[in-house]
Amino acid sequence: MSRLRGLWAEARPVVAVPLGAVVLAMIVASVVALLSSFFTEAGFDPSLPFKVFVGLFGGAFGGLDHIVNTLVNATPLVLAGLAVGFGFKAGLFNIGAQGQFLLGAVAAAGVGAALNEAPPPLAIGAAVSAGTLAGAAWGFIPGALKAWTGAHEVVTTIMLNFIGASLVAFLVLNLLQAPGFSFARTGDLGNAALPNAGFLSADLGRLHLGILLALLAVPAVWWLLYRSTIGFEVRTVGANPDAARYAGMRPGLLIIFTMTASGLLAGLAGATEILGTSHYMIASYGTSVGFDSIAVALLGRSHPVGILFAALLFGALRAGAGPMQLEAHVPSELVDVIQAVILLFLAADLIVRRLFRLRQAKRGIEAVETATETYGRKLVT
Amino acid sequence: MDDETGALPEGAPALEMRRITKRYPGVLANDEIDLDVRPGEIHALLGENGAGKTTLVNILYGLAAPDEGEILLDGRPVRIASPSDAIAQGIGMVHQHFMLVPVLTVAENIILGDETMTGLVFVDRDEARRRIRALAQQFGFDIDPEARVETLSVGVQQRVEILKALYRQVRILVLDEPTAVLTPQETEEIFAVLRRLAAEGHSIIFISHKLYEVLSIADRITVIRRGKVVGSRVPAETSEEELAELMVGREVQLSVDRGESHPTEPILRVANLRVRDDRGREVVRDVGFEVRAGEILGIAGVAGNGQDELVQALTGLRRPSAGKVLMAGRDVTGASARHLGGAGLGYVPGDRQRFGLVLSFPLDDNLVLTSYHRQPFARGFVRDEAAIDAWAEKAIARFDIRAPSATVLESTLSGGNQQKTVVAREFSRDLKVLILDQPTRGLDVGSIEFIHKLTIAKRDAGAAILLVSAELDEVLELSDRIGVMYRGEIVSISDGSTANREEIGLLMATGGRESGEGATLERAG
Repeated sequence: MSRLRGLWAEARPVVAVPLGAVVLAMIVASVVALLSSFFTEAGFDPSLPFKVFVGLFGGAFGGLDHIVNTLVNATPLVLAGLAVGFGFKAGLFNIGAQGQFLLGAVAAAGVGAALNEAPPPLAIGAAVSAGTLAGAAWGFIPGALKAWTGAHEVVTTIMLNFIGASLVAFLVLNLLQAPGFSFARTGDLGNAALPNAGFLSADLGRLHLGILLALLAVPAVWWLLYRSTIGFEVRTVGANPDAARYAGMRPGLLIIFTMTASGLLAGLAGATEILGTSHYMIASYGTSVGFDSIAVALLGRSHPVGILFAALLFGALRAGAGPMQLEAHVPSELVDVIQAVILLFLAADLIVRRLFRLRQAKRGIEAVETATETYGRKLVT
Repeated sequence: MDDETGALPEGAPALEMRRITKRYPGVLANDEIDLDVRPGEIHALLGENGAGKTTLVNILYGLAAPDEGEILLDGRPVRIASPSDAIAQGIGMVHQHFMLVPVLTVAENIILGDETMTGLVFVDRDEARRRIRALAQQFGFDIDPEARVETLSVGVQQRVEILKALYRQVRILVLDEPTAVLTPQETEEIFAVLRRLAAEGHSIIFISHKLYEVLSIADRITVIRRGKVVGSRVPAETSEEELAELMVGREVQLSVDRGESHPTEPILRVANLRVRDDRGREVVRDVGFEVRAGEILGIAGVAGNGQDELVQALTGLRRPSAGKVLMAGRDVTGASARHLGGAGLGYVPGDRQRFGLVLSFPLDDNLVLTSYHRQPFARGFVRDEAAIDAWAEKAIARFDIRAPSATVLESTLSGGNQQKTVVAREFSRDLKVLILDQPTRGLDVGSIEFIHKLTIAKRDAGAAILLVSAELDEVLELSDRIGVMYRGEIVSISDGSTANREEIGLLMATGGRESGEGATLERAG
């Protein structure tokens, strides 16, 4: 018990604000739901917030298939969240996870379809590699631009998101379009599709290998950040670029490395999503993973473990949205409200601290401020 | 503001702080501190860093709220909740780091936040200028209200800060370490200003850790240690030794015994070095010197005369535009920081928080900041946590770093312990050359003593040490030879044992051009 309390004392300064933001977002969502009930035929329903959260929770965790759904939704968020969080650690705001995700997705879809009759290990290996490499390349570009010319990564990654989306459309409509379908899409994956747990039970059919990859990526990124000299350099550049230069590190190279690694993770997210869940790519692939992952990284305080939990929360919200709409008759977009409000409270963390009277020990302030500094500064400039 | 204050009988305090107590988590920053300041008095607050001086004046200036205690002005209790309250009550503060806008003029800076308006929209600049001129004249300041602040010297900028307070009609002026950035001559000038202010009835609270300054300027000295007042003295009845002992709580050796140096062959040789700053201006001009193994070469100079760029060029942070740097016979001109570190260069940077440390990292990571990539702290690119832990424990013990554990964040340590972190790291390397840039800036007496002793020990162990400092006292105390840097040039190099404080001060201020004394010193070097 006392050890548990010690652990909490250790974690509280870092965890308190994200937790508070989530709680506040749920309160705001409740109020929104209550207000919205005035305008429905059913009329004002004071118990609506309760129904909303019962619906959400049931939809996310109420049964094996629901839990699988949560995990499947969380998987790309874990990987892309790690991508954005890794960038934050170096003081870089990679808004380009969206584009890197799309490039990873289309590369995996294309290579997977081309090798759909190759032996599964080869087909999968090649498709996953193609996706990660494409994402990495799409991350390398803004990294190199920043290191060599000083172009700000926020600007270049936003532009590369548009270019990436157009490139995907071009590839799917031209080079990769498979014949025999009523719409433009890539070919069947065949042997390149990620294996799933469907052989155990029909409920587990969507539980694909990518989930395992995401779970492995969490300790891998943690190890890279906290147990390797490269991670130490990345974190030093992010926390104090002047000290990094003083210590003989090379910020330019580290920026390129970080953006490339970040793109690689986002590309991996795109690849696993295609190979495990979507199974083909279309010209106007709709996803918000690239942007949700920014919220995930912020909520997770850029720490791999925090990102895992934040991604699970967002995955659960996504999984629970449909069932909530059915049960509480509240539009599933309420989930977007919750996500957006979480982000707002994270950005304005002073509100959270005031409301919950979070008197921070010095240690905590530092930990929190480093994170705030990381994205706050980048948002402004 | 209140003309009657001058009429108060001598001794009735203008300001009284009674039983001020301030707790921070885990620290009692102020423990029932009593302080009274009389009209026309210069009252020095003396104490080590972290003793609670700054907390006390922050409470007075409304930057912190006391947990207990009260503040009385002219015998009336007042509540000061913010700096604007403080100013309204006639209390002004000049911070150690000036709060001026460089691109604005003196007048604009002074009226900023307290603008006299004509109508609702326009600032009455003429009225402001008139008042500033009158004030400057009254107190004998030689200041052009139309000059842009960035063109002024540090000493003049400080006077602008004082004027800013006087413009707001303060009667009690707090100065936080006002002489830290000044030359001896500028210090004398500012002292003259302060004496004049006091003669006009202003009360002055003067925070310092320089003992001889406190003795020369103050009417009374209050010494604070660990949040408590440990004594109050009148300069005539005390000495530097007594004050130091009060401050630190034990007997202190005020100046290290430098001993004889036994220099051998030159290790660091610099020839015809030219360096440009970020704006492309040549700020180091044709500088040449050598530092021999086993000696300390001190470079004195007012901050901003090219020392920063010189040090950056020698430590791989800036490429020189011309010239040569040789280390142990090898050409290292323009070599990277990593390369120089490997070749035996240790470097304690002047701005430890900006360059020397990562404050949001734990202590142990900071102790390996420049050696994390080397054996035994890393194998390949894998960190060896056990080796880092073991070294951290050793360094904490050997360099007396006061920290609850090796994993506390560097930002939670005091300035002295932060600097000891840097010193522990850099002094423990396999050194040929050691470059120290302001190694004791802002530190308490105890830490200064410790770092000075270590520096001498490193010298005697055969390191070639280059000490760059704007603190003339430090250069005089440690250096075997002293160079003076003025406008990018080393205008003289003289023998440390015969150097004269006033001559060096004059060289710092004028470069020796006008007086010709530089030539004498050059021969001495």
